[in-house]
Amino acid sequence: MQAELLDIRNHIAQYPPFDDLPEELLERIVAGIEVVYCRAGTPILELGQDNHWLHYIRSGAVEIFRRSGELYNRVGEGEVFGQFGLMMNKKVRFPAKAIEDCLIYKIPDEVFQYLWEQDESFADFVEIEDRSRLRSAVSRREKSNELMTAKVTRLISREPISAPTTVRLQEAARIMTDNGVSALLLMDETGDKPKLTGIITDRDLRTRAVTHALASETPISEIMTEGLITISARSFIFEAMLTMLHNNVHHLPVVEGDEVRGVVALSDIVKYESQSSLFLVSNIYQQKHVKGLKKVSLDVRDSFVRMVNEDANSHMVGSAMAGIGRSFSQKLLELGEEELGPPPVPYCFMALGSMARDEQLVVTDQDNAMILDDSFIPEEHDDYFLALAKFVSDGLAECGYSYCTGDIMATNPKWRQPLKVWKQYFTQWIDSPNAETLLNSNIFFDLDGIHGQTELAEQLKTLISEKASNSQRFLTLLARNALNRTPPLGFFRTFVLEEDGKHQKTFNLKRRGTAPLSDLIRVHALACGARSQNSFERLRDIAKTKLLMEDDASNLRDALEFISIVRIRHQALAIEEGREPDNNVRPKDLSPFERSHLKDAFQVVSNAQKFLRFRYNAGGGRNV
Amino acid sequence: MSSSIKSRNSNQNWPENYRAQSKKAVDPRVLGFYQAGCPSPDTPIREVQLLALDFETTGLEAEQHSIVSIGLVPFTLDGIQLGKAWHQVVRPKLPLHQTSITIHGITHTDIDQAPDLEDVLDPLFRYLTGRIPVVHYRNIERPFLSVALQWRLKEELRFPVIDTMAIEAHLHPDRRPSRWQQLIGKQPTSIRLADSRKRYNLPHYAGHNALIDAIATAELLQAQILHHFSPDTPIGDIWV
Repeated sequence: MQAELLDIRNHIAQYPPFDDLPEELLERIVAGIEVVYCRAGTPILELGQDNHWLHYIRSGAVEIFRRSGELYNRVGEGEVFGQFGLMMNKKVRFPAKAIEDCLIYKIPDEVFQYLWEQDESFADFVEIEDRSRLRSAVSRREKSNELMTAKVTRLISREPISAPTTVRLQEAARIMTDNGVSALLLMDETGDKPKLTGIITDRDLRTRAVTHALASETPISEIMTEGLITISARSFIFEAMLTMLHNNVHHLPVVEGDEVRGVVALSDIVKYESQSSLFLVSNIYQQKHVKGLKKVSLDVRDSFVRMVNEDANSHMVGSAMAGIGRSFSQKLLELGEEELGPPPVPYCFMALGSMARDEQLVVTDQDNAMILDDSFIPEEHDDYFLALAKFVSDGLAECGYSYCTGDIMATNPKWRQPLKVWKQYFTQWIDSPNAETLLNSNIFFDLDGIHGQTELAEQLKTLISEKASNSQRFLTLLARNALNRTPPLGFFRTFVLEEDGKHQKTFNLKRRGTAPLSDLIRVHALACGARSQNSFERLRDIAKTKLLMEDDASNLRDALEFISIVRIRHQALAIEEGREPDNNVRPKDLSPFERSHLKDAFQVVSNAQKFLRFRYNAGGGRNV
Repeated sequence: MSSSIKSRNSNQNWPENYRAQSKKAVDPRVLGFYQAGCPSPDTPIREVQLLALDFETTGLEAEQHSIVSIGLVPFTLDGIQLGKAWHQVVRPKLPLHQTSITIHGITHTDIDQAPDLEDVLDPLFRYLTGRIPVVHYRNIERPFLSVALQWRLKEELRFPVIDTMAIEAHLHPDRRPSRWQQLIGKQPTSIRLADSRKRYNLPHYAGHNALIDAIATAELLQAQILHHFSPDTPIGDIWV
């Protein structure tokens, strides 16, 4: 090799599998290279074509396809493609197309064969490593997930079965039996057009009618479920799954305009996802003791890893994990109420933070609170609620949701208060804010009632959405807090690394990525009076106002999805390798493509923070 | 668009010139060069054997300055063969000026141990023969080589080149902003090698030597052809 070709040798030597090769092999590679330029959008390798080169990407990006034409992988600078054919019959097995202008270094087959035979780590890389590397690649579509791509209407196999709300219990049961359905839609037929008003399911018949020995002549309207949760016919199957998880319902009417297209049942979805997180949820509800719940909780991590390997997006994973967490809490509250007796006054158990936002992952602590009815008298009732709060909190800790270090739990008397006190809390936080207390109360602005009188939580949401948008000072201070944590990007687009507990140079994808993002999205959401809690839904609500340009909102959405999914995959990989999952990532654990996209995503966060500072007149953050 | 990449050489009948020169040439290397012939101007560029060529020199005037190093690599539109790349430092006739040392990274020691250009003419001609040179800025390599051969062999070497800088100049005719455009902040479009490469998303090469610049020029031509011409473009449309 000519010494003047050092530039080319050095580039190759940075990337696996070349980074461990001895000097003479590197020189042999460089001497064999043919350089070729490919324009964006043009094919590089076509199916079945003869190929005698390993392709190394010096610059640009390439998409690799399956023979079916489905996208298989996306590779960028420092990555290789074309190796599969070289190991088989020198015919292209995976066609490749330039998606950016590319400079490709083509390494001849003789050199490839020599490396493959001579160098064990090179052989491992091209034979085995490829599969696991792919799993962490950015746009992995190896197994396209039908949950995400198929519309919910695909699950509807028949016309919906309905009856007027005036039918009697026995008649309803007969219609269900005759038609072989597990749910019956009930229509109000007093108007011009029948209107969907309720549903009755097999389970309702058992729990509401049979156990209470209701007369067969009971009007069905007395026991049907009203205030129906429905789903639009345009939704994807995974959205139906999220809706079921979130609301703990097993049947969803599918509607298009005013018309009911059909009913989707839990069992329909389970067919699509055999190892469903929905299974886990129904398993939680079947448990009769905390011990049983603890046993089920051992499956949570497996369920997480499976979802990641099935290519779920971050919204799906986050919602599923939150749904599981919510189900543990709900079941524990049921068990607690069984043990302690019914509550002396109505109450609502609230989830806070990531669970309320539907953005929970596997490493998480519990953040919860209780809103009690205003008829609450501490001396008479608080023993009960403290005991219940303690039962739930200890149970959650048993199931892997560690105690909140900031003591934001219903066991803390401060966070176990009647509605009027909660209203005072929020009024004070919003009307006379102070940066320090706001920092600690941030988490209360992501709230969701999960058990009991959930309308109590709704009242708080209403108060927040009405007040927050009018308090400039509150928004300014909240924005200032949201600027405390900056993305880990240096001046020249380098990663800024910190030393983690294991003395490794890493950056924290939560503290420096998803947390600053959800903080700044929360500020905009509160400013425009949105009631949504989930960051993606908040972005959708924000985009409807003029607060953010459409492009900025979708950039934030992409950045959040990308940082979240890298974080999720990082944790899934740790679990699979038997390590404790965390949020600290070393740059070398990422593919070049991930590195470059992460930098883009962090840049989006950084720009959004600048806008936040300007928009809410928030001055300088403290930049921790 | 390609019709305007022209110089006074463009209308030469190169294949005929080569034939005529092969009757006059005495030096066997020069004779061999002309006998190998020149492709007809209507040959599609994809079929032409090319040679990216870059000289580092002690200055810009062929009559006064000397060649310090030669970098070259044979290529076609299908690929640039790094295994056939060649780099050679040669001893200039004139003392090495201090400023050019810093530009080329070539030291007095390198020069003192280097051969005269005459001693490396055999390999140089092996590369040149049968290939059309590709350069970035045509006023260096061709004139310097011409002067050097005139001086050493008393022979004349004349050939067409493809100039990637002339192609860029042609693509950016308004690259120098008017006074008015300067006032409103318009920057001139640079057609230097590194700046031109950026427009095609070609990577930045840290090192600077005649070989890496020759490779950079070859890559640039591949990109120019794919973006603005076609592999079927006749060679006669772009040589100068």
